[in-house]
Amino acid sequence: MELVRNFPFFSIMLAMFSGPVCSVLPGKAARVVNAIVISIVAILSAVLLAFLMASGESFVFMMGHFPAPWGNEIRAGVLEAGMALFFSIVMLLSVLGGIKKLFDEVVVSKHNLYYVLVGLMLSSLLALVYTNDLFTAYVFVEINTISACGLIMIRENGRTIEAAVRYMIMSLIGSAMILLGICVLYDLTGHLLMSNIKEQVALLVADGSYPEPLLCTIALMSVGLAIKCALFPFHAWLPDAYGYSTVSSAAILSSLVSKGYIFLLIKIIYRVIGFEIYRGSGVIDVLFIFGLAGMIFGSVSAIRENDVRRMIAYSSVAQIGYIFMGIGMGTQFGMVAAIFHMLSHASTKSLLFISAIGLTDVSDGSRKFGPLTGSGYRNRIAGLAFAVGSLSMVGVPLFSGFISKLLFAEAAVTLTGRMLPVLIVLGISTILNAIYFMKTVIRIYTPVDEVNRVKKEGYEPVHMRQVPLYGVVLCAFVILNVFLGVMSDSIVNLIRIGLDMFA
Amino acid sequence: MGSNLAVNYAEAIAMVLFATGFANLLLQKNLIKKIIGLNIMDSSVYLFLAVKGYITGRTVPIVVDGVTSVEKYINPIPAGLVLTGIVVSVSVSALMLSLTIRLYRRYQTLNLDEISTRLKKEGL
Repeated sequence: MELVRNFPFFSIMLAMFSGPVCSVLPGKAARVVNAIVISIVAILSAVLLAFLMASGESFVFMMGHFPAPWGNEIRAGVLEAGMALFFSIVMLLSVLGGIKKLFDEVVVSKHNLYYVLVGLMLSSLLALVYTNDLFTAYVFVEINTISACGLIMIRENGRTIEAAVRYMIMSLIGSAMILLGICVLYDLTGHLLMSNIKEQVALLVADGSYPEPLLCTIALMSVGLAIKCALFPFHAWLPDAYGYSTVSSAAILSSLVSKGYIFLLIKIIYRVIGFEIYRGSGVIDVLFIFGLAGMIFGSVSAIRENDVRRMIAYSSVAQIGYIFMGIGMGTQFGMVAAIFHMLSHASTKSLLFISAIGLTDVSDGSRKFGPLTGSGYRNRIAGLAFAVGSLSMVGVPLFSGFISKLLFAEAAVTLTGRMLPVLIVLGISTILNAIYFMKTVIRIYTPVDEVNRVKKEGYEPVHMRQVPLYGVVLCAFVILNVFLGVMSDSIVNLIRIGLDMFA
Repeated sequence: MGSNLAVNYAEAIAMVLFATGFANLLLQKNLIKKIIGLNIMDSSVYLFLAVKGYITGRTVPIVVDGVTSVEKYINPIPAGLVLTGIVVSVSVSALMLSLTIRLYRRYQTLNLDEISTRLKKEGL
């Protein structure tokens, strides 16, 4: 067996054990260890991706010494390796972008604990991406929840603890539903490995036996995961959790945690239930409708918000709505668009959170729109990055957001019944996005009497030379965004190959 | 339908418990009651699994008197799943309780809605 086949296992274990190691190191060393581990995971995933592209087929890695129906398995295909690579890059950039701000936000003696949580988060995300066993997936969903809760509450003020409690309550409801769904599915099929379950489910459907329990388990797992990634009616916890936690946490939570759950849902659709059977159940229509509703209501809430970070958080609700709309279309095109939007949203939303913190810092720490006026001149790199992120979210060509909107529209044209609602809602949502993002961009580039303001109110401009790492991270995010926008053809091709390997 | 319910009464009880715990976790204002609801909900899933794994007339899968026939024992996997689930649920409950302690120390109340309104007043 080639060494490269061990890489999924290596990256999960490396990320997981970096946690305990960080807990006994001083903060500075923990930071270095964490950055190195995430980089190694990214390199391993890149090598794995190259290997899989060359070999052209996915492989299954046996955990322990028990063969298929009994043992636990890891499975790696192009899509999994690509996701792992992307997740680790975004995670690295998010952590590095918030390092300087972390000193204001978290007590210095607790910095090493922050990196414990980041390591755990990365390992659970990787496990969700790679696992081929449903119960393992459940366990890592819970680990993901716990580390996300830690990332929210580590900035100890009343607001974040309350947000963490609300986050936990919704997440626990979601994971209990997932657990119940998995248990019912286990009772129906007698298996926990995804590929075995799929065979049995196909037999059950061909037989016509147990239609109601099967529908129940599909609904329980889908709704449970939808609650956990804050699909529209379940998003009440989201603005507080994203808006008040530390900046790295907000970037990681919005761009990666929800994507891990969505990826698990896509795996369940393709590898556990089977795409055709899933489409035949009514659940996919429910996801479609709530996705459409989320696109509108998330944007409306964002327009009404007067706090820039909560505004970005509400925009996440709308973007999650886009992704679920893509899944709900029930075609291969829709799914490709949804997966591309996962990438585009992850790279853009973390860019927005990290650049917003640069803007609020030069505005006396205020997050209201009034003091932010002209902040794009006081911190030029953050202003530029925020503008790029906003343009991408609105869907201006050259950036990734444009490609995902284009893919959604193309996917909608091939549908017969759902074309009109998709195109109309896509149009309305784009206009709403433009209203609140362009409002902010215009606000931060409105010139004010700088000399007077700096003297009177103590607003200090910041240059890139003073915050080199922050500037580099923002540049990297902008490049990632433009890369997704310009190289979209090959990435879409990669996603197609990966989806074919799934089935 | 009625006869099915009578045969599978344990599963039905598990579902009633699940609904009870679910509603408590979602609707109660008191944080401790929420956590109790969470535990009821999780336990009901374990009851469901345990019942599903049991086969009438067979015994636990521990070999004591040299009998190795599969026909003699029940399915051990649900028990393993229940154990894993219990570990997860214990750690989650501990986390929730520690969050509750923090909030109580700060605000001297367990009512989540009251805490929210006070936070809004503070404008933090």
